[in-house]
Amino acid sequence: MTINTEMHCRVTAITNVSEKVKRFRFERIDGEPMPIFSGGAHVVVAFHTDEGLRRTPYSLMSVPGDTSGYEISVLRVEQSRGGSHYLHDKLKVGDEVHLTQPVNLFPIDQRGKKQLLFAGGIGITPFMAMMEQLHREGENFELYYAIRDRKHGAYWKELQARFGSRVKLYVDAEKSFIPLDAVLGNQPLGTHLYVCGPSGMIDAVLGKATALGWPKQNQHSERFLAPPAGDVFKAVLTRSNKTIAVGTHQSILEAVEANGVEAPYMCRGGACGMCETNVVSCSGKIQHNDIYLEPEDKATGKKIMICVSRIKGDKITLDL
Amino acid sequence: MNIAFNKETFRDDFTFKNSPAGIRRFPFPFHEDKYMYAVNMEPHVSSGPKGHAYNSLIDVDEHYVAEMQDRALVLKEDPLRSQALPHMMAAQWDTLELIMEQKASGYPELFSLTKDGDNWHWVNKPMGIDQKFVFGDLTTLPYEPMEYIMRQTQGDICIVDQRDNQLWMDAGVVTTQADWSLDFDLGMNFMEWHGPVPLAHQIGVFDRALKFLLNLQQGKPVRRLNWTMTINPRLDTSPENYHKWGTDRMTVTPENVGNKVHLRCELQSLWRLPRSNAILFVIRCYLLKMEELVTVPKWARRFHRVLRDLPPELIDYKGLTRYRPTTVEWLSKFDDGQPTSPGIFPE
Repeated sequence: MTINTEMHCRVTAITNVSEKVKRFRFERIDGEPMPIFSGGAHVVVAFHTDEGLRRTPYSLMSVPGDTSGYEISVLRVEQSRGGSHYLHDKLKVGDEVHLTQPVNLFPIDQRGKKQLLFAGGIGITPFMAMMEQLHREGENFELYYAIRDRKHGAYWKELQARFGSRVKLYVDAEKSFIPLDAVLGNQPLGTHLYVCGPSGMIDAVLGKATALGWPKQNQHSERFLAPPAGDVFKAVLTRSNKTIAVGTHQSILEAVEANGVEAPYMCRGGACGMCETNVVSCSGKIQHNDIYLEPEDKATGKKIMICVSRIKGDKITLDL
Repeated sequence: MNIAFNKETFRDDFTFKNSPAGIRRFPFPFHEDKYMYAVNMEPHVSSGPKGHAYNSLIDVDEHYVAEMQDRALVLKEDPLRSQALPHMMAAQWDTLELIMEQKASGYPELFSLTKDGDNWHWVNKPMGIDQKFVFGDLTTLPYEPMEYIMRQTQGDICIVDQRDNQLWMDAGVVTTQADWSLDFDLGMNFMEWHGPVPLAHQIGVFDRALKFLLNLQQGKPVRRLNWTMTINPRLDTSPENYHKWGTDRMTVTPENVGNKVHLRCELQSLWRLPRSNAILFVIRCYLLKMEELVTVPKWARRFHRVLRDLPPELIDYKGLTRYRPTTVEWLSKFDDGQPTSPGIFPE
């Protein structure tokens, strides 16, 4: 037995935040309250495009205790698979979407005596919700927020107005960068750090923290993993007795769903482990793009996370 | 739904008993004629025949008021049965809200919850409680939120924090347990607190269960049944009080099996909490006397077979060694060898 807890919602507001960022507000069509969520949580938004149903995860950025609606912010990505283009160019107020229940793979460690938040660009979104939660709970926090320039940066004015000196802004175009050595080198015991942004920034923050002796348990990060494009290949699904084609801009999971086969999923970003699938055989090389499987698991070639990973080669046979 | 609450005790004179309807609503834990550990989790949704313990997700039954009196006695003697580490406060409030909402929606004649922003009004008619308080403000309740609501809720709870791909037992109220101690386990992780369980580790049950629970989703609670046996209807079979109940196990005779020996079932439900991202683990204990159990012929046949064929490691771990032969012998009179129907519900 599975319970369908997807929420049927309507787009009730679309706001231009900056040149390439739009904010979308969703409210339930049945008028019921949204579930309360925890800062750092995301939902998977399902929407219809010309190429069929798309499901994409987005961090929730509205106030976690506000049950009247959920809000996400979307950066228009030039190299995108079309999801952000669709949301920016086609989605209108009044359109219907489905949202999953909130899932948090980037939660606050409540033991932290002080919470240090590092955001890069659109990576600010989970922290918008986190800061509201920390503020309500009276916790000690600081935000270090790096943006490209003031025109492209989202929400920096609003955040400075709301949280004052807790918000430290760094602008690439003005040659101001987060002084990682100074910030990470001088924190009280029991401080936890959280970083969300471009891969390079995450690596820099975690690398510096580790070099300075921060315990691994005090370092938290969330990466945006979209399924990378690649060559077309075939997937043989043994249990469903189907052979399907996986397109250039499609993940295995998306191809499976498009062919009417149900596979478990949750984050659709290679992090949660829900879509772990056994590989029966593979004529080609698996390109593991997830951050869930251990390196030894990846090396065996017996498991694949079908939401983000694919193969270079002809055919993969899956226990699905 | 009106419930007639029993006047009964779970200690000293042990006047606890189930009504005929109370017997049929018992969550019988065996779906077949044998038993082995499994990750036997299913969605915790309202289900079962009318009146069954599965009807409401936080179940209230005829033993409610008496059980709350017993809990108050345990907490008075040993305040460490209720403990929460400091970082669990958001999870405490989550727990209070979840239980109040479930009770108010499951039993509107007995409980009500009214919210006006953070100003909440809670009414518990069976216990005569009418409480106005401010959600999030500790000074407006007589106890911390977890203990406050657990003094009004059957079953034990643990609140489990999720960090570093592990679950940590960082809060709980535990007074109706099958021989384990919150005070001992507090702060342990999932693998540590399950350390003593035999056989299950070897077959990978805990690895699979942990993986499953780390991905437990909001709005999709799950449940499983666990079981053991207890001599006399004693809720508080704790290690702290072992000296009070351990020797009970030597008092079973062929004449008193029916009234003295109890099947003890735990209806365990697990819920992802919204604000804290912690997991609420509810362990609700139900007791059924052997003489009550055999009034359901299917259960009599099945339990006889389960107990007779139980692996030795489990007999030992569950503490059944001394009185199992006497009980199996007594139950055999109610097993005519006929087949049993699938599922846990009475025929």
